[in-house]
Amino acid sequence: MHSQIAIEARGLSKNFGDLRAVSELDLDVPRGQIYGFLGPNGSGKSTTIRMLCGLLTPTSGTADVLGTKIPGNAKLLKPKIGYMTQKFSLFGDMSVQENLQFIAEIYSYPKKDRKPRIDELLGKYDLEPQRKQMAGTMSGGQKQRLALACAVLHHPELLLLDEPTSAVDPQSRRDFWANLFRLAQTGTTILVSTHYMDEAERCHRLAILDNGVKVADGTPRELQAATGMHILEVIADDPYAAQAAIAERAEIASVTQLGVRLRILIPERYANPIEIVNNALASKNVSGNTQMATPSLEDVFVAVTMKPEDRSK
Amino acid sequence: MKSLSRLGAIIKKEVLQLSRDRLTFGMVFGLPIIQILLFGYAINTDVRHLKTAIANQAGTHLSQQFESELRASQVVHIVETADTPEELEGLLRRGKISLGILIPSDFDRRVADDNRAAVQILVDGSDPTILGVANQLRNMPIRFDSAPVQAHKQELIEIRPYYNPERRTPVNIVPGLMGVILMMTMMLFTAVAIVRERERGNLELLINTPVSSAELMIGKVTPYIAIGLFQLAIILGVGQLLFDVPIRGSVVDLYIAGSAFIAANLALGLLISTATHTQFQAMQLTVFILMPSILLSGFMFPFDGMPEVAQYIGEVLPTTHFIRLSRGIMLREAPIGELGPDLFYLIGFTVVTMTVAAMRFSKRLD
Repeated sequence: MHSQIAIEARGLSKNFGDLRAVSELDLDVPRGQIYGFLGPNGSGKSTTIRMLCGLLTPTSGTADVLGTKIPGNAKLLKPKIGYMTQKFSLFGDMSVQENLQFIAEIYSYPKKDRKPRIDELLGKYDLEPQRKQMAGTMSGGQKQRLALACAVLHHPELLLLDEPTSAVDPQSRRDFWANLFRLAQTGTTILVSTHYMDEAERCHRLAILDNGVKVADGTPRELQAATGMHILEVIADDPYAAQAAIAERAEIASVTQLGVRLRILIPERYANPIEIVNNALASKNVSGNTQMATPSLEDVFVAVTMKPEDRSK
Repeated sequence: MKSLSRLGAIIKKEVLQLSRDRLTFGMVFGLPIIQILLFGYAINTDVRHLKTAIANQAGTHLSQQFESELRASQVVHIVETADTPEELEGLLRRGKISLGILIPSDFDRRVADDNRAAVQILVDGSDPTILGVANQLRNMPIRFDSAPVQAHKQELIEIRPYYNPERRTPVNIVPGLMGVILMMTMMLFTAVAIVRERERGNLELLINTPVSSAELMIGKVTPYIAIGLFQLAIILGVGQLLFDVPIRGSVVDLYIAGSAFIAANLALGLLISTATHTQFQAMQLTVFILMPSILLSGFMFPFDGMPEVAQYIGEVLPTTHFIRLSRGIMLREAPIGELGPDLFYLIGFTVVTMTVAAMRFSKRLD
């Protein structure tokens, strides 16, 4: 009955006038997983999410979301999805309870079950003390928990989260992700867009978007294994001079300073990366300790979103 | 069934929010009262009680009779008496009076003489309205000429104004004001209510729920229909209480006309909301429609006296038609059946505007 795929998109594209926001996107999101969209601002994450829930009509391409064809009758889809907007979009001049009540009514949640469901959500998302508080006066973390509670109230099969954690502190973010894992465990498919690496790392699978194009996808581990780059770290007394020395070498794809350390990406086809770096340092009389490192997701991100000419050096 | 409960949810939410938005809530009830007081008391096109000084140098029986007749007209309010024309000029110059009336010592003889003016009126001509009043007063000595010594003369021409015999402005203003106030609040509130939801991001949330755009629009607009009808009652009540504005026709007819007019404005408000992105834009656009509705609807100036082009524009505006309806029902006791064309125009306007708004609204989600 249920297929194991929640979302299957083929060649999904969206143009806004001359601007191509999303280009030829193929996507396979398995059920019950947390699937991440990683990408900088303007990379087409929000546009893709909006197409998948039927808010925007694709310029070309199709998708199958929970058995509903996109483009098609998005009405059938709405009761099955929960959507959390980037910006807090609940009613600030209504209390937490009133907001939940309103959402319950909008989704025609069975009348007799409404109160128990709202009480359950208030407990689960730690909003019991704010029950009577106006939503607009709450902290960022509280607002976000309310938004999530409202998005899942009607037990959606698919949860679409558009940069849900951009306005909250790290502790709230951890709690938020704990909630997402709990939801995924009960079978909810979650599609979440983010530009935080640590969040992307928590996803079961993720797709990296850049300028509307999917440049890589897979599990975080697969992606890390397939950067096509040597990753090196240099600890230098004068990181600034070291960076200048290394950056001018043609073989170097990218140098990034992280405090006293430098993170260096060199395409895999060069066999002797440590030598390249050490030679670069020696030529400018800069001292430094060079080591190989394991790729992080940030390295993946840098590698796949860099300009083609840098990558093929 | 589900659709109805969703509609109910939207209406409930809207009322809840409205009751918490003190400023808007206050506007709903305060605006009509303040407007009607302002318009009713301040805008007075009939001129009365002009400050006047009189210098009666004749002191005869006839001149005193003329003087008391002047007083009885209520157009002048004699605040000073003087002895010489110079004194009158001084009072005029100092702004103590707007009119100075000089009755010369040979008043009786002058009245009998057709070729000489009997009375001189000194006028502060800076306000054309006052000058106009003075010109009317000039008619009085002529009547003296025609029947010099009679104490109570027959007037040559009798003017009897219909419908507003006292010529009080409020009687004409209030029915029109009803149109202007309803238009202003209904159109502005709906436009702003929807644009605000878009600005705050609420709309993005709502369109992802099973709520259809029709449910959303109707749900948002419904509370304002009730508010509009309530405002109508306020204006009628205050109009009657403070300004004795009559309701000669049927109140039910008036409410039928009012409902059609409210619907027309709500539709217009929705249309504005689909054309604007911010509350500020919505307000600007509302004012853009408000101005001609005040100036060209017959509210301010007599419709038939306007240039032809202005009349065409006026015919398009719903306010014009509602003012015709309300004046007809309230002042001329016209049954609504006789005012059919105006009522049908309002209904037609609503249907067309609502259709365009709904089409644009669902498109805007893309």
